[in-house]
This record gives sequence, structure tokens and C-alpha cells, in this order.
Amino acid sequence: MKLSIIDYGAGNLPSVERALRSLGAETECVTVPEQIAAARALILPGVGHFSAFVSGLRQRNLTSALRQALSSRIPVLGICLGLQALFASSAEAPGESGLDLIHDKVQALPTNVKSPHIGWNQLRRVRKSILLREIPDDAYFYFAHSYAAAAGEPHTSAACDHGFPFAAVVEQDNLMAVQFHPEKSGEAGGRVLRNFLEWAQ
Amino acid sequence: MTLARRIIPCLDVDAGRVVKGVEFAGLRDMGDPEELAARYNGEGADELILLDITASRDGRATFLETVGRVAQQLNIPFTAGGGIRRLEDGHAVLRAGAEKVTVNTAAVERPDLISELAAQFGSQAVVLSMDVKKTSAGWEVFIRGGAESSGRDAAAWAREGVARGAGEILLTSIDRDGTCSGFDCGLTAAIAAQVSVPVIASGGAKTFEDFLTVFDQGQADAALAASIFHTAEHSIGALKQYLAGRGVPVRLSR
Repeated sequence: MKLSIIDYGAGNLPSVERALRSLGAETECVTVPEQIAAARALILPGVGHFSAFVSGLRQRNLTSALRQALSSRIPVLGICLGLQALFASSAEAPGESGLDLIHDKVQALPTNVKSPHIGWNQLRRVRKSILLREIPDDAYFYFAHSYAAAAGEPHTSAACDHGFPFAAVVEQDNLMAVQFHPEKSGEAGGRVLRNFLEWAQ
Repeated sequence: MTLARRIIPCLDVDAGRVVKGVEFAGLRDMGDPEELAARYNGEGADELILLDITASRDGRATFLETVGRVAQQLNIPFTAGGGIRRLEDGHAVLRAGAEKVTVNTAAVERPDLISELAAQFGSQAVVLSMDVKKTSAGWEVFIRGGAESSGRDAAAWAREGVARGAGEILLTSIDRDGTCSGFDCGLTAAIAAQVSVPVIASGGAKTFEDFLTVFDQGQADAALAASIFHTAEHSIGALKQYLAGRGVPVRLSR
């Protein structure tokens, strides 16, 4: 199937593209709103600053098309900043609004833990997960972030602890998102991407 | 649920080949970067670092090509650097396929480079690499591949780098590098206590015990080695099994 990867101008697309293609998926990079309207499944990758992300979407006129597509139940997989962008706002960019499909806020990691949270960490399953299907409970995933959304109902299906329990895997209707980088998380990460592909088909 | 300690193989490359020097001199050919990267990815490395050790202007295109080819082999995080002087150099390395860029000499000479990279790509993408040597003044930062003293105190520079947005510190002991006499745990612990970001210890790894000690006494978040992995003296998988058996949280590949 074809996956449309949102290119907001500052993300690291090649590794996400490569990982998806190695699973047999076709990919396209989306830079104009018309592509979003025609998409069957979306990937929202992201690294860097929350404001670069939302202003990148805005400059390319992608924000409202994206909001519309996501509210019309097109399958989406948000990665890292792409997870955070689904939320209402982030402490990283106080003046900016996120896509607000999940009405919670993204917070800074507290000062009593190392930040950025960089490295391989494990998850705590909160409920049955589509993305984590057939992945061992003790599998490690690669994280690299300084902000996170607190784990909560009904969006979080797996949490990770670093300063506070945060949403590591989000599954809410058509919205799927992971705070870690599946494309950089070895075999377990590859399985997450495959689970998304199979579900989105 | 625990953040794993990372084992990071490092490829020092010159003109498209992996090389290894002893105490920053005397280079020796160690193999093909793509082949080594694929091997380490399969053995359970937690990350790979690729450093351009010539960093000459005309070697730049060759290095970026190597970054691109190595990236194809990996499904783990990938850091590249060496000779990063400007924001555009960092951008080129990331565009070629790395997730993180490491800066060293140019950041000492113009600390704004760290701020610029962090503002553009985020702290998680910026690794401050420091080559440190014990002198009469204490632990001092050296530049130009360890050839020249910068006059900066290592702890003060680490703090400044983090304040400017570096997301990790790659800390190399020049005294230990390539000597196989073990990591400098005193240096590593001293720097780790000064900063809020992860510290990668580098220089001097020889035995499995060296890794155990640097995680334990050195408080390192990650440990880097090159030659002991290149020569297949130790496999990363066996090292991680050893560490897991001694209570160090590591990611075991299955």
C-alpha cells in the first residue's frame, strides 16, 4: 500500500522512508494539501523543535488539510514530534497550537532526570495494543526527546517512565503514534511499522 | 523498565576506509565502513558513530557519500561528524542519513555553532565531542585531533556546551585512546556529575571489565569503542551478555 509521508521541511525523512520501503510499502513525500486529501494512510514523522514543526506545516499550507484528513479517520502514524503534534500544545513552544486531535498538553521532562531522554527504553503496556502486537513485553525502543505527553486515558496504550509516566504509544481511533523512533529501534521497531501497515490496509 | 546503557562502536574513516590510530597518531586500515556497520547492526550495537578524521575540504564529498552508504545498513541510531564547522555542514551530514551530528574543534572556536545546530535540529541531534587530556592545569580540552590545547577546562566546557543545546557529550580521554588500558572513569564520572545530558565514554577500552567499570564507577550512559570491535577481538553480543549477567541494564538482541 502507499503511505504518504508529511514533509514539513525539517524532519528526517530518509530513514523513515527506507524502513517502510524495506517492508514492501510504497511511499510518497507530501508537500502540498492536495496530496493529503488523496492519501490513504499518513505518516507524520518529526524531529527537532515543536514550533518548527507547526510553522513548517503552516508555511506549506498543510495544517487544515491534515486536521481534516485525521478527523475523517484516515489512518495516521505519528513518530516522535509527530506524536506530540497531535496534542493541543507543547511547553516547548508556548504560543503555538498543535493539531489538537488529543486535547492534552505536551510537557518538558522534569529536571531530576537526564534530558534529553536519549537511548533505549522499555514500555509498560496499559492495554491491548495494535502497534505492539507480537512484540515481547521487555523489548527496547530508541527514544530521543526532551518533551512528552503524560500517559492518559483514552489515548495511551503503552507508557514509558522518565521523570513521569508518559505516552509512548498512542492509539485512539485512527490516530496511532509513538514517542520512540521505530525506524531506529532495530527489529522491534520494524515490527511496529509492520503492525501499522497491516492495520492500515 | 530501565533506560539501557548503550554500547556504541565507532568508525573513524579516512578516504572511505575505516582506520584506527594509537593516541591520535599512526593510522592503520581496519576495513570497509559499510561491512563493519552491517556487522555491528546485526550484533546488537545500540548506535553507530562515524567520524571523518581527515576532515579536509576536498574529502568532504567522499565522507558524505560514506555517511549515505552506512545509513543504508542501519536500523539503529546513527551519529556522524568530523570537520563540522558551519550549520550547513551539519545539515549535509543529517541529509545524508545520520540522525545526529557531532561537533568538536569548530565548536570550541565558535561556541555559537552548538546553539545554531540545536536551534535548527533540536538538542537530541547535537553531540558535543570533547577530547580531554590531563595537564598540570587539570582536565583540559584539546582540539585539532588532540594536537592543540584549547586552554578550556573540560567540566566548564561541558556545562557551556549543554547550556548551548548539546544533547549528549562524547567524552574521549586522549591519554587512554588506543592504549587499551581501560576507560578513564575518574574523568567520565567528573563530567557526568556536571551535566544533565547523557555522557558517552570513549578511549581505552580493552576488556569486558573495562565496560562494566565505566558504567559502574564512571557513571557513563554509553560506552564507545573502535579497535576491539573491528578486529573481532570482542563481539558486541558477547559483551552485552557479560554486562547483563552483572546487573547492567542492556538491550539484548534476540
